[in-house]
Formats: sequence, C-alpha cells, structure tokens
Amino acid sequence: MQRHLISAADLTRDDAVLILDTAEEMARVADRPIKKLPTLRGRTIVNLFFEDSTRTRISFEAAEKRLSADVINFTAKGSSVSKGESLKDTAQTLEAMGVDAVVIRHGASGAPYRLANSGWIDAVVVNAGDGTHQHPTQALLDAFTMRRRLIGPDAGLGQDLDGRRITIVGDVLHSRVARSNVDLLHTLGAEVTLVAPPTLLPVGVEAWPCEVSYDLDSTLTKSDAVMMLRVQRERMNAAFFPTEREYSRRYGLDGDRMARMPEHAVVMHPGPMVRGMEITAEVADSDRCTVVEQVANGVSIRMAVLYLLLGGNEPAVTHPRTEEK
Amino acid sequence: MSKTLIRGAKVLGGEPQDVLIDGGTIAEVGAGLSAEGAEVVEADGKVLLPGLVDLHTHLREPGREDSETVLTGTRAAASGGYTTVFAMANTFPVADTAGVVEQVWRLGKEHGYCDVQPIGAVTVGLDGRKLAELGAMHESAAGVTVFSDDGKCVHDAVIMRRALEYVKAFGGVIAQHAQEPRLTEGAQMNEGIVSAELGLGGWPAVAEESIIARDVLLAEHVGSRVHICHLSTAGSVEIVRWAKSRGIAVTAEVTPHHLLLTDELVRTYNPVYKVNPPLRTERDVMALREALADGTIDIVATDHAPHPHEDKDCEWAAAAMGMVGLETALSVVQETMVDTGLLDWAGVADRMSVKPAQIGQATGHGRPVSAGEPANLTLVDTAYRGLVEPAGFASRSRNTPYEGRELPGRVTHTWLRGKATLVDGKLT
Repeated sequence: MQRHLISAADLTRDDAVLILDTAEEMARVADRPIKKLPTLRGRTIVNLFFEDSTRTRISFEAAEKRLSADVINFTAKGSSVSKGESLKDTAQTLEAMGVDAVVIRHGASGAPYRLANSGWIDAVVVNAGDGTHQHPTQALLDAFTMRRRLIGPDAGLGQDLDGRRITIVGDVLHSRVARSNVDLLHTLGAEVTLVAPPTLLPVGVEAWPCEVSYDLDSTLTKSDAVMMLRVQRERMNAAFFPTEREYSRRYGLDGDRMARMPEHAVVMHPGPMVRGMEITAEVADSDRCTVVEQVANGVSIRMAVLYLLLGGNEPAVTHPRTEEK
Repeated sequence: MSKTLIRGAKVLGGEPQDVLIDGGTIAEVGAGLSAEGAEVVEADGKVLLPGLVDLHTHLREPGREDSETVLTGTRAAASGGYTTVFAMANTFPVADTAGVVEQVWRLGKEHGYCDVQPIGAVTVGLDGRKLAELGAMHESAAGVTVFSDDGKCVHDAVIMRRALEYVKAFGGVIAQHAQEPRLTEGAQMNEGIVSAELGLGGWPAVAEESIIARDVLLAEHVGSRVHICHLSTAGSVEIVRWAKSRGIAVTAEVTPHHLLLTDELVRTYNPVYKVNPPLRTERDVMALREALADGTIDIVATDHAPHPHEDKDCEWAAAAMGMVGLETALSVVQETMVDTGLLDWAGVADRMSVKPAQIGQATGHGRPVSAGEPANLTLVDTAYRGLVEPAGFASRSRNTPYEGRELPGRVTHTWLRGKATLVDGKLT
C-alpha cells in the first residue's frame, strides 16, 4: 500500500481486499462490550476539516478513538484559515505539534494530493473528501457494504466483487463519491453503470472504466446494487434539469422501481439523503436500503485504513488473519 | 557610439557572416569585415536574429511590484533575447488612461533594457461595459496602437463591435482574450478526460472558439482587423484558417507553453501548470505547431505572467493563473518548432520578431538584418542544451513550468539599437 490514501485509484486489488478484510476484523470489535483497541495509543491524528461535514468527521473520530489514538479536531471556521492562513502554513503548524496523520476534508480538488506531495509535511495524509475529486474511504465502505450484503461477512473474506453489477445514479458530475466508487469497484472486478441525465455527467466520462446510461429503468433489472447519489435542489437553477419533479420522475428511486430490481439487490446511499428527490421515504426506510449500515461500516473501514497506514505491522486484533501483507 | 563586430554569425540560420554595428545601426553585413576600432564578439556559428518582439507581456507595474516591475521584466526580456515587449493593461490601476500608459512607457525608456510599448485597455477597468479613452491613449507619448482587456474577454458583442470600429480611425488593433465567461464559470483546467478524472472545473474549447468565430465575423462585417491572443485549441486554428481564407484581417498568437505542454501535467495538481487559457491536449498542441508553421498562427507571444511564490505554493483552486515565459520562449520554440523541422530560423525570426512588430507597429523592430537597419539583434547559441534553472532568472518571479526540464538554445547577446543589454548571457 502507498504511504497516503489520496485516491481510490491508487489502491491495487490486493490493497483493497486487505482493507476490507481488516475492516471485517474491526467490525467485530464493535460487537464487544469494550469497543476499543490499543493499536494507535500514543499516536496523534488531526482531523483537518475545511468543509462542514459532521458525519464524516464523526466517523473518523470514532474510528480514531476506538484505536486509542489522540485526536485533534480542526475546523476551518473561526480558525486562522478564515483569517487568510494558507493550507501549507496550517498543515505545518499542526505538524509542529507532533501529528502523525492528517485526515483532510477540503473543498478544492487535489488539496490532499498537494498536502502529501509538496514536501510541506511528513505526516501520513488520508483524504476525507476533496472537492469533486475523490472520497476513497467512502468507496471502501461502500464496497465493504456490498461485499457483506452480496457475499456475506465471513464468506466475503479474501473476496473481491468480481462480476457484480453496480449502478450509480444521480449527480455524477459533482460527485467525488461516484469517481471513487468507479475506480475502486473497477479494481475489485465489478461492472459499473452510471445513470444520470447527460447534463450531470462530466465531459470525459467516456474514458472511465464503466458504462454510461441515461435510462434508469433499463439498468435497474440488471443491478446487484443501486447507489443513489444526492442531488442538490440548487442544481435546478443552473439548468442541469428543468424541475425537481421531472428529475424525480426520470431518475428518482421509488417503490415501483425498487420492485423491478432483482430480489437480492440492495439500495445504497452515501447520505445525506434528500427524501422525495432522488429517493422516496418508502425506499429509504425499506430493508433493502443499506444507508444506516453504511454509516456503521464507515467506522470499521476508517479504523482499517488508519491501522494499516499507521500501525501496520502487528495484527489488529488477536485472532488469526487470513493474510498479512 | 562605439562599433561592434559580430564575427561568424549565421544570420537567420544561414551561412556564417560578419555583422558590423556602428552606433545604433547595422553598418555592414558580409564576409571578412574589418574589426578595426570595433569590439569583437566571436559568434562562432551562433544564430543571429532580429531582436525578438513580444506582443503579450505582463510587467505588473503599477500595482503588483511584488511579482514584477518594468525594470525586472525588461531585464528578463533582454535575457530572453527581446528588444520590445508590449505591456498588458491589467495593472492596478488598469492602463485605461493616457496617464497610466505614459508611466509604463516612460519607465521602460528610463531603464533602457528593452523598448516597452504599453497596451491600452479596451474598456474602463477591464469591466467590459464602457470604452476607455482609446484615442487619448493613442495620442499620448506612449502612442498606443494595441488595445486589450487581456485576462478578461470583451464578451459583449456590441462593445466588441464598437471597439473594432473605433480604432480604425487611427489604425489600432483590438487583441481579444477569447473566453466566453458563462461557459467558463468556475473553470480550472481544460475540459476533457483529465478534468473529468481530477474533478476540476472544465474549461471547454468551445468557450474560446465561439468568441473567435464571433469576432472574426464582426471584424469582417465592420472591416476592421482583430488579433487573437494566446490561441490554444485545434478548433480555434480551424476558425482562423477559415477566416484568413475569406480575407478577414485576423492575426493570431500562440504561447510557447501551448506548443509544448498538455493538460496531462495537471495530474500533479501543481499550480505551476495553471494558466489561462488552460493547457490543452496533445492533439491541440500538434495542431498549434502545424498552424504556426503554415502561418495560420502569425506569431509566438509569451503571455509572460509573473506571480509571487505564495500564489502558486497552495492548492490548485486557490492558485493564480499564469507562467513566466520571457526567458524560456526561444528555447521552447527551438524545441517544438526548429528541432522538429517545422520551422527554420528565418521562420522563427518571422514569427517572433517581424510579424509581432508589424501587428503592434513597433517601428524599428522586426527589421531585416542588413546594412542601414536599426541594430536590434539577438545572438543564440542553438547548440546549447541545458536544464532550466529558475534561480537564475532575471524576472522577479519563478513560476515557470520548465524547472529542471532540459531545453535547447540559449540567448548569449542582445543589442538594443546597438547597445548591448546582454553579453555572454549576462545582463549589462
């Protein structure tokens, strides 16, 4: 594995499977009465969030604390950043305080890459979402959720997603989740289809390792998992689609559409959902929707990523592992 | 003034000849000229060109003296073999009055490294709404003939039409920065395969091409001439080619970086590659080279855009757009056009001196290397190859995309009206 986690595209198949397997071990910790491992005791991790994202920050924080790391939360609002301090100076200031890893969320695509590759700091960098570029831990937790649901927590160990048909629906253009998922799912052998109105697909999508369709109904019947992306209502004002209602009719997932999916197929959503827009309450609250599981799995995946990047050499938990790298 | 004999120079890349400079003028060109009373420069097979003319330079003074001044910028120009630079109008305050253009012109004259010809803004404050006093700037001591809102597009079709018409009265030309503003809102890089992957806002080729198409048609309609700044796409080349075939009075420039670099470099997220217009694709680069060779694109212009270190030492979205170019332009042109066989040195002289001087009406520049002409000359060691080292730049800024890259060619001497501004690669 590389030293940092910047993009899902940087992960090999074996890297990704190792992370998923490790996350499976971490998930078992969550079932214990004391949900804590000593693995990162004495290590300091800063959650450097330049964008508001309560759920991702809390998920990382939970993962860090379960690994016994010391956690510093830094949000841009009210900090020196809002007074004009540069990313470089902020990062160097934090590193001077003895930080081992920086978990960064930033509105500018490429900010984590710059932080990891410009010689500004030595700490390990984990991308917690950058602009419309990447959100690799989201893709990992999604793949983890798929593997658990479609293969099984135990049966899935050591397995990838070979041949699984995954459909991603919605605002692909502005979505780092979609980019990360396309990269990772392709690496794991899945067949990905993006479904969106043409206005919400980037020029250049033709080079991605996936299929593209403008028609949701024809792809639903051939899907093992359908991932609905959030569509912000404001997009309507920039003429990406005419009205909310038209978007919902053509690309929203309701009960009727869900009924046409194969019986084993699941519905996923990275959250936060816009109920009534891309997903109806009926679907969101159904057993087939994994949205709450995804949140739980997010903690396990982030524990696995931080453990592998920072802890590394010792087994995470004391029972035999399938494979050590 | 003294005499200088340049011995054994390949004039425009031809057979070695001697060139005698007497005072500000070329006295004689021929074989075995007498060195009596003259300082001798052994050219030793180096190529002698007319002093280069840059139609597109940002000198940043007044207002952003932290990135460049008229002094540091003209020293950079002399280092790169230039004897004239046209200074763009997007300073603070904007060069939209006779007062500002005269200040820049006067500073250039005082420093004496290179002639500085200010470009006047087309509209007041570059805001695209109201014509600046174009006539006053023309009649000022600076004698402005080129007008541009560079950095911003004159996007309003009526304002553009009026500007094209108005400057006919005194033979001016409008240099358009072709960028449709709505299509480039939030744009960060060329829109295509790389932008889709990197999640950076796309800057479509059509945003440039649609404005060029509109403006060549406007120029035809009102019978004016129009100059297109830093043309960057294969589609723009096709439009200009078509316009020229119809007899429309359009000229166009390409920057050195658009002849060499592609948007693949943006994968590093290093803002040193962030520039307006953005780096395009390999296909565009090849089309630009071909167009420069066949004359569809008339000239090379640097778009020398200095920025302080902190404006590039940051994340991509926060970084300023632009690259310095004066001190590497000729090397990049040698690499992309000469060493590839697309252009000979006479062609380089045409594209980097003769034509830009004509478009900008820079009297006494871009002239033949022959007796009786002003001694504005550049001597180039074309056999040299070396790494680009920004630490040695005369420019105040270091934002070059070529750091550590090996490039051919090195300007060793520059003469401005017979006075050496650069000797053996060192500024005088």
